[in-house]
Amino acid sequence: MTIREPVPQGPLKTPFYPRVEKLDIVNQWHEWKGFSSPDALHCEDLEYFAIRNGTGVFDLSPMTKYRITGPDVLEYLNRLVTRDMAKIRPGRVAYAVWCDDQGQVIDDGTIFHLREGEYRLCCQERHFAWFQAATIGFDVNVVHETEDIAGLAVQGPTSYSVLSTMGVQGLEELKPFGLIHVDFQGIEMMVSRTGFTADLGYELWIDPDKALDLWDALFEAGREYKIRAIGTHALELARIEAGYLAPYAEFLPVDETIRTGRSRSPFELGLGWLVDFKKPNFNGRRALAKEQRNGSKWQLVKLDIEGNKTADSSYIFSNSKAKGGAIGFVTSAAWSPVCKQNIALGTVRTPHGKPGDTVWVEIYYQREMHWNRAMAKAIVADKPFWFPSRRGATPPGPY
Amino acid sequence: MESRFDAIVVGAGHNGLVCSALLAKAGKRVLVLEANDQVGGAAITREFAEGYSVSACAHLLYQLQPEVRKDLRLTARLACEDMTTIALGEDGNHLRLRADSVEGVSDEDAEQYRSFRKRMARFSDLLRKYFNKTPPRVGTRGIKDLATLGQLGLDIRMLGKAEMEAFLRLIFMNIHDEVTERFEKPLLKGAISLDAVLGTHLGPRSPNTMMTYLYRMAGGHGRTGVPAGGMGSVSNELAQAARTAGATIRTGMPVKRIIIENGRATGVETESGDRFDSLKVISNADPKTTLMKLIGAKHAETGFARRVSNLRAKGNAAKLHLALDGLPTVDGLSRKDFAERFVIAPDEHYVERAFNPAKYGESSPEPVFEITFPSFRDETLAPTGKHVMSAVVQYAPYALKGGWNDEAKAQFMKAIIAALSKYMPDIEQRMTASELLTPADIESEFHMTGGHWHHAELSLDQFLFVRPVNGAAQYQLPIDGVYLCGAGAHPGGGVSGAAGRNAARAILSREKAA
Repeated sequence: MTIREPVPQGPLKTPFYPRVEKLDIVNQWHEWKGFSSPDALHCEDLEYFAIRNGTGVFDLSPMTKYRITGPDVLEYLNRLVTRDMAKIRPGRVAYAVWCDDQGQVIDDGTIFHLREGEYRLCCQERHFAWFQAATIGFDVNVVHETEDIAGLAVQGPTSYSVLSTMGVQGLEELKPFGLIHVDFQGIEMMVSRTGFTADLGYELWIDPDKALDLWDALFEAGREYKIRAIGTHALELARIEAGYLAPYAEFLPVDETIRTGRSRSPFELGLGWLVDFKKPNFNGRRALAKEQRNGSKWQLVKLDIEGNKTADSSYIFSNSKAKGGAIGFVTSAAWSPVCKQNIALGTVRTPHGKPGDTVWVEIYYQREMHWNRAMAKAIVADKPFWFPSRRGATPPGPY
Repeated sequence: MESRFDAIVVGAGHNGLVCSALLAKAGKRVLVLEANDQVGGAAITREFAEGYSVSACAHLLYQLQPEVRKDLRLTARLACEDMTTIALGEDGNHLRLRADSVEGVSDEDAEQYRSFRKRMARFSDLLRKYFNKTPPRVGTRGIKDLATLGQLGLDIRMLGKAEMEAFLRLIFMNIHDEVTERFEKPLLKGAISLDAVLGTHLGPRSPNTMMTYLYRMAGGHGRTGVPAGGMGSVSNELAQAARTAGATIRTGMPVKRIIIENGRATGVETESGDRFDSLKVISNADPKTTLMKLIGAKHAETGFARRVSNLRAKGNAAKLHLALDGLPTVDGLSRKDFAERFVIAPDEHYVERAFNPAKYGESSPEPVFEITFPSFRDETLAPTGKHVMSAVVQYAPYALKGGWNDEAKAQFMKAIIAALSKYMPDIEQRMTASELLTPADIESEFHMTGGHWHHAELSLDQFLFVRPVNGAAQYQLPIDGVYLCGAGAHPGGGVSGAAGRNAARAILSREKAA
């Protein structure tokens, strides 16, 4: 009789868990697609400054990953996502968004063209049913491989130096959204110049069996470069500064919505640049073409808000008297330490929300139990709040 | 020959012919391409044994819409009309069911039958009105859609409070519950149950079999007829109407694919390599064949392709043709009764039990039958003195466990003969030739996925606003220039012409609006 392995109970542990757990002091964890993931390990602020001034290391193994291969793979991806994947050569990575037939966003993610005809798609949510349905009529193979690959984000100005010290070759020529395959202690590791922080940074992808060796080598190499393991709170702050979208904040995946009008199109999320109408057919094409003709209902905005009170969950108005009702609401907000700005992302009804527009956010804040309300002026920004030149410099400078 | 047309119709089934005739009448240059050598699709007459011909698939005419007859000035001459349904009793005590009366039952049952049929006639009239319209798009603010929806609501309300409540209750119900509430006589319950499930993958206790019963009545209140010369004569008349109006019909020209260029239809390519151009391609093929084979799912969006691939379209009705050297003996019937329609469905449980094995991929060991002897009033079908029996036999699931090989067919044939012999003891001696078409045969001969009469199961989730699927219920697919006009489109199958007529009207009115 064979004895079956016990089914793991409780949250799953990533391949890096033994190391992450050792560094954990605050014991604040949350669940991310079945895995334990730390909010913070030691101190949120220090972790944030590691991203901006040193190197922050984030365990992104729970990130959903699919391997997509087969003779029709390019045609398949081109029907699946809104941008033209023919332009993404092997060794390149594409940020992409995919929609349902009504042109409403299901999710966004990155597609790695690993080798000719071989792709990996990474995203936050799980979409196997949709990706599988999308194979009808195509000769492709979609494999869920989240647990087959361990991933680390290595982000910050010294990240190049850390990886070089660790012995990674070829980084000096690796451009943003590029990927290379390198040797790590005798096995292949994929290194991509990608991230969620809008700073110089890399992501490392490796066999889970080698995860701990990688972690050790990385932290050994980073000793002189202010390397620090980080949790999601620090990353979230960097994400808002970068102006990147998060599902369940800036948009709700359309398959999770019940009420009409609660989903968003790529245009409404400021992702019109990802929609390529030169392709004859892709999911949502007809609806998006119509939306482009008739105009969108919503507009994603980046807000530079006066004062220092964060505008969490605030309503947005067109005037300080809140006349005419709210035109939208804030979806993510933070005080940005590095920009010294009170920033937010939000969604407003068109025609509001053009770059340079002035809007007003209604901020509730608490002082000694009592609640106060402030109307704060905000300017719609057209650029990300944080976008340092080192992010794009190739070769990156040694900090 | 010319290669550019205003519209190309793929398939000369009866709906394709109705559609092309109406488009041609409206001045369009129409090309119809039919894979088989004969027009009509599943509405044809063909020889199955030397000297014996029969309606090869559809054999009774009960739904041909008056609108279609009128628009195309059809005569559709009948050899038998307003046929009585004789529910055969093993003991020779048969029931005779007519549109509004029944013989052979108690007074209570007879009275119940009258009121049941009266109500069914009223409800089917209501449905019929909407079977001849393009279904409204739900969730839009289009004036026409809202008006049709509003009219439907109003029509239901105008039934009166009690009848409205009955309608809304019954339409979702199964026929078994209704017949057991109303009737005593098992044979009566069996016969009515059978009418609700003919041609479907449903048993009398399956949901929405009241709706399928009403569907059958929406035309002539369930009055059946046999066309003179078999069903093929109806198709030939339709083809003649189309040709007279100017349509070109070419048979033996299977379409290989519908050409999609830059996201829209631009024509078709035939198996023989000919290419015909048109910005409108209207498919009389079933929705799955249309999207998966002719167009290619990759040209559609994922959600739509998934809905079409999930369409339930697995036929469960076999067609039986027997060449007989004389009429069989049936206890308690006179000779002239052979002009009528026979059913074998001894009681309501028997019908459900016949269905049970089909759920698990097995054919019925004790099948149910709808039987006609079309040669009785039509000498063209069989040599003098000899006869043809045409029967629908259920259940014969399309996805039979192990497939429909010779052995499986022989086994089902044995069950058929055993069941028939109970009522016609000399049937085997009378038989000189036979043909059994399983849904697999029907699929390959008539090119319909699953060999299903309706191209897609007739059930509430594939009905009206969502037939065949959401996004294609107004005859146009979400691919520019491609339309559906067959049984898979609203309202469904049966020789009614409604889908073909509605499609033509939708295409013409869309053109006018543009």
